[in-house]
Amino acid sequence: MTTDQLPDQAATDTAGRAAVTVRDLRISTTSGTEVVHDVSFEIAPGEVLGVVGESGSGKTTVGLSLLGHARRGLTISGGTILLGDQDIRAMNDAQLRRLRGSLVSYVPQDPASSLNPALRIGVQLREVLEAHGQTDSKANAARMAEMMREVALPDDPAYLKRYPHQLSGGQQQRIGLAMAFANRPRLIILDEPTTGLDVTTQSTVLATVRELAQIHDVAALYVTHDLAVVAAVATRVAVMYAGRIVELGPADKLFESSGHPYTRRLVGAIPRLTGGRSLVGIPGHAPSPGKRPSGCAFAPRCALRIDECEAAVPPMFQLSPDHASRCIKAQEVVGYQQTDYGDPVALPPSEGTPALSLENVVGYYGSIEVLHSINMTLEQGEVLAVVGESGSGKTTTARSIAGLHHNWTGSIKLGDVELEKAARSRSTDVRRQIQYIFQNPYGSLNPRKTIGESVGQPLSVFNIASGKKAEMMVGEMLEQVSLSASYARRYPDQCSGGERQRVAIARGLISKPSVLICDEITSALDVSVQAAIVELLGELQRELGLSMVFVTHNLPLVRSIAQKVAVLADGSIVEYGRTADILANPQQEYTQHLISDTPSLETAVSEAHENVEQADAATAQPPEPEPTA
Amino acid sequence: MSATESAPALAEGVETPTPPVRSSALLARSLRLWRTRIGAILTLILVLVALVGPLVAPHGSAEFIAKPFTSAAASNTVFGTDYLGYDVLSRFLYGGRSILVIAVISTAIGVVLGVVIGLVAAYARNALDDILMRAMDVIMAFPQIMLALVAVSLVGAKNWVIVVAIALTTAPRVARVARGAAQPVVERDFIGATEAMGMSRVRILFGELLPNILGPMMVEATLRLTYSIAVISALAFLGLAANPDAPNWGTMIQKNQGALAYQPAGALLPILAIALLTMGTGLIGDGIARTAAGIDRERGDE
Repeated sequence: MTTDQLPDQAATDTAGRAAVTVRDLRISTTSGTEVVHDVSFEIAPGEVLGVVGESGSGKTTVGLSLLGHARRGLTISGGTILLGDQDIRAMNDAQLRRLRGSLVSYVPQDPASSLNPALRIGVQLREVLEAHGQTDSKANAARMAEMMREVALPDDPAYLKRYPHQLSGGQQQRIGLAMAFANRPRLIILDEPTTGLDVTTQSTVLATVRELAQIHDVAALYVTHDLAVVAAVATRVAVMYAGRIVELGPADKLFESSGHPYTRRLVGAIPRLTGGRSLVGIPGHAPSPGKRPSGCAFAPRCALRIDECEAAVPPMFQLSPDHASRCIKAQEVVGYQQTDYGDPVALPPSEGTPALSLENVVGYYGSIEVLHSINMTLEQGEVLAVVGESGSGKTTTARSIAGLHHNWTGSIKLGDVELEKAARSRSTDVRRQIQYIFQNPYGSLNPRKTIGESVGQPLSVFNIASGKKAEMMVGEMLEQVSLSASYARRYPDQCSGGERQRVAIARGLISKPSVLICDEITSALDVSVQAAIVELLGELQRELGLSMVFVTHNLPLVRSIAQKVAVLADGSIVEYGRTADILANPQQEYTQHLISDTPSLETAVSEAHENVEQADAATAQPPEPEPTA
Repeated sequence: MSATESAPALAEGVETPTPPVRSSALLARSLRLWRTRIGAILTLILVLVALVGPLVAPHGSAEFIAKPFTSAAASNTVFGTDYLGYDVLSRFLYGGRSILVIAVISTAIGVVLGVVIGLVAAYARNALDDILMRAMDVIMAFPQIMLALVAVSLVGAKNWVIVVAIALTTAPRVARVARGAAQPVVERDFIGATEAMGMSRVRILFGELLPNILGPMMVEATLRLTYSIAVISALAFLGLAANPDAPNWGTMIQKNQGALAYQPAGALLPILAIALLTMGTGLIGDGIARTAAGIDRERGDE
């Protein structure tokens, strides 16, 4: 059965009462390049639809279009967006303003920047109510207390008097949610609202979203790049690639019997708790608008590609009533058993002196002790993961090793050499041997220097090479991190996040260090890019016999790269040992929490099942059909 | 939007890399604005007058033509004669060069000094930062012209004194701006990366930090040039030029103002010249500032 329409069941299921219906939505740049190509979906009241895609796939653009909004330089060029039976595209500005915040609301990615830092949160909550005509202050006060309870925050007046900076990131995002649900909207658009949050906070925020949507019968569109997160919140998932929905179906099906090769690769990029295999990234890049091929956009990166793929964009194939895929081999793909889970992570022989050892390291910020007696060793050719939530002291540990944090006591040894506290007072050779890669590739490269200059810097600082020879080495290094030598002439703002992080890795490796310190180097990146970066690091590490300290908050990710783990909490090591042992049998409650809260393939699959079952249970006893007006 | 957002483009997925703001590119882009163009044309004309003027002047700078304040017709000149009986046009054409040269040299010294102090202070982040900036505050507490007057009246009206006085009073203002612009850059990871490498402080300051604050520094430099021209002209007007009888726009205004009613050219020409020159450099600075702000806005939308 081939049809370009949407899954039948979704259509019948929500017939007459779909909260949102999007048909053949097209969005173009003002110069005429199409960014989003005929996207169609429906969301029923109380349902959470996840929209998943890499950056550049058009997922946020689609989300914003439901508010009747297109970002600067873009216009909604075709299709219909129906909210109940109201056509959003036919509305004028005044109507749209009334619509936003009352019938449709939006939760942005960064809670800190979406709240006004100068106003108390109570004032901001009241504004939302008053902006849509509810001016009775008594009723509003009661309503605000109710809102606060709904998002599991204290409802006392003292709490409402706080300013946004007095709340944690998770609390700020709850306020964002409270504001979004304030006027009992029919549709909520959530644009990666948990990206900047800790894993524990993230899972509670996700639970809140799911509950509120169900209780109040609100349709929600959840935009994210992380398939594992979607599993925790959505019942149905639309996977977007290069401006098109390539697969649409129930969350559990996408994980287990997906009908599109791209979804398969996305699933393969999610860190796994068990198995101890390396991650597999997706080779190549997503094509940018205007350069998208005439056929299937994923074909150039697809292992199953046949000539037909490039002839025309494949239609949506209906695999089952509620599951459709835009792949001509969909039927075949569904049947595949996922076997390609990457190579097992090998254990290096541990012999001789350790590459790096920390003994009784105590770190301070001013006079406050933030690290309490840290002891760990890194063997030659080994990867040691340092895991913990933000504030656990993992980055301070890493910075102390690199000589960027000076205020510590104890002993850090590189081989047999005792390290000075500040990088500047260490010998050139020590500085060459320890290289540090920063978390945020957007900040770690000088925007005024070409990639070639940045990567070549260590060569001149450490007097390794200069002139033509340095240029050649930079070119080789760039090739080694899977970029081409021509990148040397680019500036950082001409590269994507993943490319920048590769550049940063190239800069770290060009001086042939013996210890590489990676500080959360994938946390600013898409999941599929993260997999590719981790894959690359693993390869390089084995190839060059590097010893590596891998700092991260993502415990499942550790599995695919590190042989040893140190779990940090509040500046102390709570658990330390072989990765397999700790992940399989965590002794500390803290570690268990970290494992259960971090999205991994296993948690994603089980949560997806749970969600779908709940939704099925809900539809078995359908709520009274609401009048849509 | 947070730094974690990765699409380096105007709209998600649209390949429009933001224009990299190199300083030459900033200048070229700012010339798309009319205000910058007008400013550049004004400045160019007056610089030409000041530099080429002496070569095309019909008379010498100290050549007696007729008795003071003789009309144009009677003295057979374009604008008549001045308070010494010299040709007004020739004196005007000779009189810009010293102002311009002193202004450019003193501003350049002041800007370089200010940038160095500002960068050191921003990078130090410790007591040195406080000491330097409080010292700058003390100098800034006095109006620029006051300090220049004191220096000139103490040491004498020599060109180098004027240059030093203006450079020293320009530096603190530049230092403030340089420090302010450099502070957020210092916190970024690429500075940490160079520290971990053990790069020398001088190279971090001038190789890594400086290129990132060139935009605001260019704006500041043109702005300071405008003020320097004004201060130097004012000093000359007060009779504190190196040679009170040498042709100088500031001196001309003062000495010829008595004849404004019947021989206005002698005072009006230099007034107009100084006004247009400062307006020109001011417009250029404004244009660059707007262009830089526009580029920042684009980047902010990433």
